[in-house]
Amino acid sequence: MLDAKIPDGLLSEKWSNYKSKIPLVSPANKQKQTVIIIGTGLAGASAASSMAEMGYNVKSFCFQDSPRRAHSIAAQGGINAAKNYQNDGDSVYRLFYDTIKGGDYRSREANVYRLAEVSGNIIDQCVAQGVPFAREYGGTLDNRSFGGVQVSRTFYAKGQTGQQLLLGAYSALSRQIEKGKVQMFTKHEMVDIVLVDGHAKGIIARNLITGELEKHASNAVVLATGGYGNVYYLSTNAMGSNATAAWKAYKKGAMFSNPCFAQIHPTCIPVSGDYQSKLTLMSESLRNDGRIWVSKKKGDARTPDEIPESERDYYLERRYPAFGNLVPRDIASRAAKERCDAGYGAGSTGQSVYLDFADAIDQQGKDVVRTKYGNLFEMYNKITGEDPYNNPMRIYPAVHYTMGGLWVDYNLMTTVPGLFAIGECNFSDHGANRLGASALMQGLADGYFVLPYTIGTYLSNQINDEPMSSSDPAFEKTKQSVKTSIDKLLNNKGNKSVESLHKSLGEIMWNNCGMSRNKENLKTALDDVGALKNTFWSDVKVPGRENEINLELEKAGRVADFIELGELMIRDALVREESCGAHFREEHQTNEGEALRDDENFNFVSAWESQGDLKEPKLQKEKLEFETVTPTQRSYK
Amino acid sequence: MNTINITLKVWRQRATGSKGAFETYEMENINSHMSFLELLDVLNERLIKDDKDPIAFEHDCREGICGSCAMSINGEAHGPVKATTACQLHMFNFKDGDTITAEPWRAESFPILKDLVTDRSSFDRIIQAGGYISVNTGSAPDGNAIPIAQDIAQHAFDAAACIGCGACVSTCKNSSANLFVSAKIAQFSSLPQGEPEQRKRVLKMVHQMDEEGFGHCTNTGACEATCPKEISTGYIEEMNREYIKASLK
Repeated sequence: MLDAKIPDGLLSEKWSNYKSKIPLVSPANKQKQTVIIIGTGLAGASAASSMAEMGYNVKSFCFQDSPRRAHSIAAQGGINAAKNYQNDGDSVYRLFYDTIKGGDYRSREANVYRLAEVSGNIIDQCVAQGVPFAREYGGTLDNRSFGGVQVSRTFYAKGQTGQQLLLGAYSALSRQIEKGKVQMFTKHEMVDIVLVDGHAKGIIARNLITGELEKHASNAVVLATGGYGNVYYLSTNAMGSNATAAWKAYKKGAMFSNPCFAQIHPTCIPVSGDYQSKLTLMSESLRNDGRIWVSKKKGDARTPDEIPESERDYYLERRYPAFGNLVPRDIASRAAKERCDAGYGAGSTGQSVYLDFADAIDQQGKDVVRTKYGNLFEMYNKITGEDPYNNPMRIYPAVHYTMGGLWVDYNLMTTVPGLFAIGECNFSDHGANRLGASALMQGLADGYFVLPYTIGTYLSNQINDEPMSSSDPAFEKTKQSVKTSIDKLLNNKGNKSVESLHKSLGEIMWNNCGMSRNKENLKTALDDVGALKNTFWSDVKVPGRENEINLELEKAGRVADFIELGELMIRDALVREESCGAHFREEHQTNEGEALRDDENFNFVSAWESQGDLKEPKLQKEKLEFETVTPTQRSYK
Repeated sequence: MNTINITLKVWRQRATGSKGAFETYEMENINSHMSFLELLDVLNERLIKDDKDPIAFEHDCREGICGSCAMSINGEAHGPVKATTACQLHMFNFKDGDTITAEPWRAESFPILKDLVTDRSSFDRIIQAGGYISVNTGSAPDGNAIPIAQDIAQHAFDAAACIGCGACVSTCKNSSANLFVSAKIAQFSSLPQGEPEQRKRVLKMVHQMDEEGFGHCTNTGACEATCPKEISTGYIEEMNREYIKASLK
């Protein structure tokens, strides 16, 4: 059993008591220490700026051409915080409880409570940075509601909340770059972690413009590299979003937790053809006013305006009267799949459902609806050529977020000493299903208010050591192994493009390890992914050279890692013989088709430990202790 | 399903400083729901199959928000559709038989790295020069402590909507970065939080903009017309006002 190092004491006092006891690093010693942070999204940029403000030297890396382009920028709907500005009974406890319940009781109480506790500080910090949140006429901050909750605690900036929060963190980071406290490396991809005596002491990064492999040494390494939704090929993630940093960490001994917990977001624009490169999300906030329905008639070929009210099935309102269209994402997605699989889907493919704003426009007027969702309606119109003011949108679920990730303890440290993981790339806060507007909250909580303190538990023990230097032989050795795999990719000269292999992986994963899973399919998929891995290494074709901009080479490395991670996701889904949150095993459901948890046997976090490339990974467990809430069957009826 | 045939002319350039030229590709049976970048994906798959070098281009979110994609299509930054990034430009905006050209941003401060990829780090350095409010983590007052009128918050938001793609610079005949810089300055100058550093900010950011070699603004308004986020040139007036105020102090 893994030890999460959760502090003793009352849940509500754990963090404040612990925080005041974390060993400090003196200002003089902070100046001697260097921390490498990979990724400049909400978690990475906020951690880098905060730690630089505290006095540490930070080396920050991103693969994009600017830190402002990290994928957090695409988050639309909002960020949760337990401010209770709306006087609707919200509290830290309620945000904590909603998150634990929303995650189907597969997350750690202490981490989630801490997250809820610091959520208010995030809003304060962002406002002070000049983030232009939506406001009421009186000048106070506005809120809206999101899925899975009955209060309005979501702060937002139109449909561009992620962009505005990221630009806030980016501006704080830019300030530290100007001061020389952060050294910024754009167009650099971390290609491996360097361990010295079992501790993370630096990285090998590839300069994506010159192709040079660089050695960077540090006292600790922080991964803020996001999720692995692109294992599925089609997802709402950015094209460059990848799992390579997390996967290299796994191969170097960091355990990987709950890999099978992947969130499928219910409201995305449906697939239109086989050239499709990515999927576009329509913010969950749309479910505040949009009503989801399909025809009551199977295979109904009529256009939506030809289907009279009495022949429409508002299936979420029917099945979940208490939460209606605002049920959590996993439930909304499965319900859409269920209707479509049963033959009631809309559109020529039958693989979509309607999201209808006619009632909202009637009740509130077109102008109000435009103020709330104007940019989302425009986006829908640009992509589909259809006008959602006059016709209902058509939507279908798509892969969006991964709750699984590197296992971390309460300090956010992985099982490799000195290696930390924050934001989406760790597993810690969302259990088996994340609630809407909580990803931004977690990224910024980890980066601004948690890691900068908890990393002290490790760095305070490093003050007597000589500054780490990249002249240590471990750096050259790691660099050579990276070089070998790059050479292998470039010299393979097979027949299959990286893209085509990635697509094959996506198909296997979506069909067998997506919204609905069963033992038989998972077993077949495990064999299929194994075979795909062989095909990749025997037949991949990577054009171009090493010492230039080579986008195919970048993709090839990432897809090789996605294939291995896909294999682990399937293994994890096979072992977890229960349904919880986003993980729905067909063998385990209630009579009404809802997820059926098995708390007796699966009340744990899975943590997979690599045994090298030739052996199967070993499953370790962290038992979940519920001291405050009592796990029950989630009900949104 | 509607399909079209297209002649595509793409700027190919090995590296900074090497000689570039347009290359022509015939694209047949293109699904009109495909995006322009997906058209480049399809072409790249073909080039790889034919042992040719695929086209390098920047792209990431493909949702029009990250600001990565940057190319002129038929001579217009991000192509012919108003308020749309290249990644959200779909082929139903073109006709069967059209010839479409794609080339990188053209500006001295954005050197070409390869094909359609340019180096836009000059934008980051302008932000580093002062595009922030100095507030350390943990030192912020309660979010509702400073009420901000809805219209002012909206004004700041509209300025902050800039995605930093560089279309304004590429379109400007003088390669001016005034729209980009003024939007950031206006976002902060309209908010009470930005006030204390306002003078220093405008002087430093404008100075850095000049250092990077961006040209002068001659008020043609081409930048606003091409901006995928429709950032208003009104912010340039605000910046000029702030700059004069700051210079006279």
